[in-house]
Amino acid sequence: MPSDYAHTLPIGGVPGRALTRLRLDPWLLLGLGSIVAFGLLVLYSASHRDLGTLASQVLRIGAAFAVMVVAAQLNPRVYLRWAPAIYLLGIVLLIAVLLFGTTAKGSQRWLDLPGLPSFQPSELMKLAAPLAIAWYFHARPLPPRIRHVLVALALCILPTALIVPQPDLGTGVMVAAGGVAVIVMSGIRWRVVGGMTVLAALASPALWFVMTPYQKGRVLTFLDPERQPQDAGWNIIQSKAAIGSGGFSGKDLFNGTQSQLDFLPESQTDFIIAVIGEELGLVGITLLLVLYLLVVARAMLMATEAQDTFGRLAAGGLTLVFFAYVFVNVGMVSGLLPVVGVPLPLVSYGGTSAVTLSLGFGIVMSIYAHGNR
Amino acid sequence: MIRTIPGWNAAKDVFNRDRARQRAQLKDVDQERRDFASRTLVVFLVVAVMCCVLIARMVWLTVFKHDEYRTISEDNRIQMFGVPPPRGRIYDRGGDLLADNVPVFSVFVIPELTEDVDATLSEIGALVELSDEEIEAFHTLASESYPHSPIRVKLHISPEERAVIEVNRHRLTGVQVKPDTVRHYPYGEVMAHAVGSVRRKTPEDIRRLDRRRYSRTQFVGRRGIEAFYEHSLHGEPGSRQVEVDAHGREQRELDRNPPIPGENLTLHLDSSLQVAAAQALGDRRGAVVAIDPRSGGILAMASEPGYDPNLFVTGVDPTVYDELANSPRKPLFNRATNGRYAPGSTFKPVVGLAALAAGVTDWERTIVDNGEYRLPNSRRVFRDWSWTKSNTGGQGVVDLHRAIYRSSNVYFYDLGAKLPVDALPRFAAQLGYGRVLSIDVADAAPGLLPDSEWKMGARGEGWYPGDNLNLSIGQGDLLATPLQLATVAAIIANRGRVVRPRMLLGNDADLSEFEGGEEQSQVVGLGAGGTGLGADDWQKMVEAMEAVVHRGNQGYRQNGTAWAYIGQDIAYRMAGKSGTAQVVGIAQGEEYDEEELDEFSRKHAWFIAFAPVDEPRIAVCVLVENGGSGSSVAGPVAREVIDHYLLPALASSSPSTDQVRPGASRPDAVVSREVGVAAPEVESALPWGTSESMALASESGRPPGN
Repeated sequence: MPSDYAHTLPIGGVPGRALTRLRLDPWLLLGLGSIVAFGLLVLYSASHRDLGTLASQVLRIGAAFAVMVVAAQLNPRVYLRWAPAIYLLGIVLLIAVLLFGTTAKGSQRWLDLPGLPSFQPSELMKLAAPLAIAWYFHARPLPPRIRHVLVALALCILPTALIVPQPDLGTGVMVAAGGVAVIVMSGIRWRVVGGMTVLAALASPALWFVMTPYQKGRVLTFLDPERQPQDAGWNIIQSKAAIGSGGFSGKDLFNGTQSQLDFLPESQTDFIIAVIGEELGLVGITLLLVLYLLVVARAMLMATEAQDTFGRLAAGGLTLVFFAYVFVNVGMVSGLLPVVGVPLPLVSYGGTSAVTLSLGFGIVMSIYAHGNR
Repeated sequence: MIRTIPGWNAAKDVFNRDRARQRAQLKDVDQERRDFASRTLVVFLVVAVMCCVLIARMVWLTVFKHDEYRTISEDNRIQMFGVPPPRGRIYDRGGDLLADNVPVFSVFVIPELTEDVDATLSEIGALVELSDEEIEAFHTLASESYPHSPIRVKLHISPEERAVIEVNRHRLTGVQVKPDTVRHYPYGEVMAHAVGSVRRKTPEDIRRLDRRRYSRTQFVGRRGIEAFYEHSLHGEPGSRQVEVDAHGREQRELDRNPPIPGENLTLHLDSSLQVAAAQALGDRRGAVVAIDPRSGGILAMASEPGYDPNLFVTGVDPTVYDELANSPRKPLFNRATNGRYAPGSTFKPVVGLAALAAGVTDWERTIVDNGEYRLPNSRRVFRDWSWTKSNTGGQGVVDLHRAIYRSSNVYFYDLGAKLPVDALPRFAAQLGYGRVLSIDVADAAPGLLPDSEWKMGARGEGWYPGDNLNLSIGQGDLLATPLQLATVAAIIANRGRVVRPRMLLGNDADLSEFEGGEEQSQVVGLGAGGTGLGADDWQKMVEAMEAVVHRGNQGYRQNGTAWAYIGQDIAYRMAGKSGTAQVVGIAQGEEYDEEELDEFSRKHAWFIAFAPVDEPRIAVCVLVENGGSGSSVAGPVAREVIDHYLLPALASSSPSTDQVRPGASRPDAVVSREVGVAAPEVESALPWGTSESMALASESGRPPGN
């Protein structure tokens, strides 16, 4: 590593050098750590100052960061080699879920294998799909031919088509977003991107026919929240009321009536951004979004330093998956997008998405550490 | 740089990894890196723009729609709860409590905290008595309340029941014993009909009443004063502005607007007089109404038998209710205001005044009463009350004065025959017959004052001369309530000045329910411009009624009809008139044997009276259902009531004052020791008309539904 690099680090001296030796990027860590700290503070408020919830979340984030550290140690070639196999395994498991999956909360997402804790194969696909497409493009000239793009699209659509009927529109959208991100990063012409966007927009009504009644209801509720003010529409009315009533600077931490008095549903999980909006106002939301944007910027910068096509595409794709989480979550809570179950990365209570996304950042760090600096 | 490969390779290339890798090595690595970097920059710009879209959305919500969403969020958390006002208390004129609110303990259940609501209810039912109605009421309330709010199961438990519940507390999760208030009537049965009672708010009340004012109210007035002054007694509810969570749980109180308590009411009622009236009636069925003729204030209004209104407050046991509702003695029936009876001979002073007013008689005119009266060209015989088969009666030569104190039927038949059609009803209406003169007596019945128009409407036939005759002795279709006859007594006591009976004492009379209290008029004559009746006529009528009570020791058929029963040993001057109302039709000429008639077929006994004669302070009407004789049965009750009211005042003042003269100071009331000799003559007002008119009298002479 070039010696001048050490001077640009936010953490100098011995700890900084230790981090770089562990192939962890201090800038990225700083950004992620800031988000986690911010998230824990808000979660403390959203959980009505329950230290138990906070401790449990600290453990989960700790586990997720441990996964990240481990993932960062592996050589990117390992990911390249295993990407297709993991992808195939994921597809097999998704088919298995559809056939023998366990149903929880009205949707069939979980797979109970003997001797293993039950898990969601769809979560694996959020990383496997972009990695597999990056692997596919790695061996092919870029910008890709149309037929390669079509194959890559197929690799992306297949798992999505297996996940959406579970039903899990949120994860399906995340998997599709990761795949599409890699395809876009691969260098296809912008007018093709534009054309595909228009085509997708035109084709989207066709989605209506494959959606379950539950998902249709979600979309209808998005279009008109007053349609079911007591039911699905309730969430979105209350989250908008929380954000809107928070105003510019919020009602102050622990003082949000919507969140503290339970009017805001899912306030610790998917709708936690509404707590931020209510208690910390526009200022708080903007601050968090800027932190996310800085993390994305750093990770994308790291992607450009990758040593090969797979590295560049994988790192860029995984970064965009992270951003897709942010955009879809904030979009849905603020009423811009239909409500699909997507958590706010590293802020919402829960470990699954934190582990998945940390694993992604671990891979990004690994790619960066083995890059051409 | 080889950018293109011959097309034939293309198909193989798609999944041939070796081939692909071979070609990848041929790629221009630097070019690809530069392309990727620029592309990444563009993608990042897109990401930044998307972030801006999110922020713009947030600006829209937090800045431009802030007010709207703040309103929604405030509406979410702030709720208004009503606070019920304490119900006004009711006092008698001396400040005795007639209706009070007393603290008690009630049992509440919080459905959310119980494992099984029905099991908990049966656990409670094993410890305290729970009726099906109470359980039903609980479920109704529970269905419209939050599961965490305490819901009343049993109102008012005894200290013993409370102890039993406390002992079993460990088995009763979700059960609370909390302080509560209930309405209490210290006088119980005695005041039941006068004061009325409240009952728990029913679903029907909820539909009927103002939702806002009654949202938290438990009791609603059902009868008597409680019903009539419901609005004033209720008061105005306060409110509490409370912060709640999404489950409706109260977090804290933000603001409080205290309720305005209901008005305390002071009534004219004199509770000791009311007790005396009830005691005077004893076990007999009947009513006593006493009015202060100067103000119209109702001093006593007893109806016996009564019921304990406290039973109705917390919800009466159905078997007890059935017993009360189906008893032949009708304890729930307010005879004083709703019992409609033929006034009988008590109507005669009114007929006499009407005849004077119409100019068909004067105080000098006499007739010969042979005990029989026959209309010209008619075979129908109308007889005097003194007539029996064995002893043809009659009062001999009678003028109006004697016709009153002897209660001569024949004299009044004669007046009836002479009075123009409808003159009598027109005059009687001025004294309150056929209409409700009372100001604030709930559900007071107007009775029935028949005239030709009424008869055409009700019977489809015209007014016959015989109708005038029946009416002239207070029979026929005429019906009045004890309250109305007490009013008549008060108006005569006032020498024609009309007072409207009232419960509320004047100093509280600015309540919204109390209307028209100041109206006072004079009963006027039937001549042109209301002439024909002078102050002199009233005075002479009062004197004739005085003779009913005080004229004694004059020999056979010479004493006042009531003298033998109440006119002796009397410390003040009292005017009165007895009456007896037919219940069962007796065919013309048939012997009437009181002993053979069962209790409910006997005649109703009336007595109206007022005293002291010169400055009347109390006017009384007594009705004893199936009592038989007015003078001997109702008269002593009236005397007892008036004694109770006047004697304490007399004892404390000099006996020689003008106001109250001793009985012995009047020549016609010299007390003699021949009391036992003076044969008491049982008066009976029998209009010996056709059996048809008898049947009508019998129908209407009984209280409704008896």
